[in-house]
Amino acid sequence: MSGVRVLVGTRKGAFVLSSDGKRNSWDVSGPHFGGWEMYHVKGSPADPNRLYASQSSAWFGQVVHRSNDGGRTWETIDNKFAYEGTPGTHQWYDGTPHPWEFKRVWHFEPSLTDPDTVFAGVEDAALFRTTDGGKSWHELPGLREHGSGASWQPGAGGLCLHTIVLDPSNADRMFIAISAAGAFRTDDGGRSWKPINRGLSSQYIPDPTAEVGHCVHRIAMNRSRPNVLFMQKHWDVMRTDDAGDSWREISGNLPTDFGFVVDVHAHEPDTVYVVPIKSDSEHYPPEGKLRVYRSRTGGNEWEPLSKGLPDRDCYVNVLRDAMAVDSLDPCGVYFGTTGGQLYASPDAGDNWTPIVRDLPAVLSVEVQTLA
Amino acid sequence: MVRVVLPPHLRTLARVDGDVALEVGGAVTQRTILDALEARYPELKGTIRDQVTLKRRPFLRFFACEEDWSHESPDAPLPAAVASGTEPFFIVGAIAGG
Repeated sequence: MSGVRVLVGTRKGAFVLSSDGKRNSWDVSGPHFGGWEMYHVKGSPADPNRLYASQSSAWFGQVVHRSNDGGRTWETIDNKFAYEGTPGTHQWYDGTPHPWEFKRVWHFEPSLTDPDTVFAGVEDAALFRTTDGGKSWHELPGLREHGSGASWQPGAGGLCLHTIVLDPSNADRMFIAISAAGAFRTDDGGRSWKPINRGLSSQYIPDPTAEVGHCVHRIAMNRSRPNVLFMQKHWDVMRTDDAGDSWREISGNLPTDFGFVVDVHAHEPDTVYVVPIKSDSEHYPPEGKLRVYRSRTGGNEWEPLSKGLPDRDCYVNVLRDAMAVDSLDPCGVYFGTTGGQLYASPDAGDNWTPIVRDLPAVLSVEVQTLA
Repeated sequence: MVRVVLPPHLRTLARVDGDVALEVGGAVTQRTILDALEARYPELKGTIRDQVTLKRRPFLRFFACEEDWSHESPDAPLPAAVASGTEPFFIVGAIAGG
């Protein structure tokens, strides 16, 4: 019988939520690594029992764990993320040069075909890879050494590489996003990169249409259509149909186009989900009403989804890595809030129920669909 | 044997209860203690000092015999009472919110 496993990273530990294919009742396991910030937990598409977890702490730095049994037991793996060569500087918030310093892993993206190969997006922004299941990590320096690297500037959360999207039709193509440098693409397996920010406009930078400097919050893809990407930028929801060569705005009738998450239905490539947030200083939903907005037309026309979500007095945020979809039919949609609620919809967003209400602030949500 | 007292989260990570007893060869210094500690518990690499710069992580302090050794040279000999195991070497996490 099919089932789903939801991997939740929070400010004070990780949780594993499991259900059968009906997604009505849930087992909650955790906290794993209690007391530590769990930025991200993600499973390998090639071996669902293989999980990778980013464990971080201001006191003790970065620790990386791996599970070979779906999260029942864990082992520590290599946590040394050393930049290649002399890393030089990027810009600090005030525009002065600041040395590149590793702080934490924001996102793991396991290979689609090999459970021992994983990409890691880190702060200060760089991309690392292991090909031996986490015994060692090596930087793919072509990204950081892209000519614009010295001009990259951190967003409020730091200079973080937070999004990695692999192209299922082309093993050499990958998309990444950095706050606040923008989106980049490689077509040669990570050796070289090009910025893909044409069409983005950001009023908070000196040149609103600059090649780099945009605060991209999240990028999402439907596997059946890898040239089409959806982006939640700091402000603006965007879409590309040519793998990032050009973007156009699809915010349409959203009540606000600020937000962090964006995701795509597993079976309907034009069905897109966002959670509008009031503004870049008011990190909560407009009017205190938590709403997911769904477009069934690939953008521009959005409908609010509210059944089961708070109708009043709700002032939580939904962070950039905290939404995911399963691949069951109908598609399940999941998101976590900074208030510790983990909401699930087993019917593509029509109805929502909290799986758990009182976790620590949710940093990331990933879903595994199990055979 | 040198005794080391770890903060609770690092005890959990290393899967130890209470003090850690370590055989430290040669002079007993912060560096030789941490080298021995990380050799025995590789999962602690990077959690007390940066793996590249070997600098103490800023929210941790080192104490011995009621003295703060955090800002001493990592190669300065520690008191004889630490070297003999009479007194432990304390690795202490900052009392900070969060």
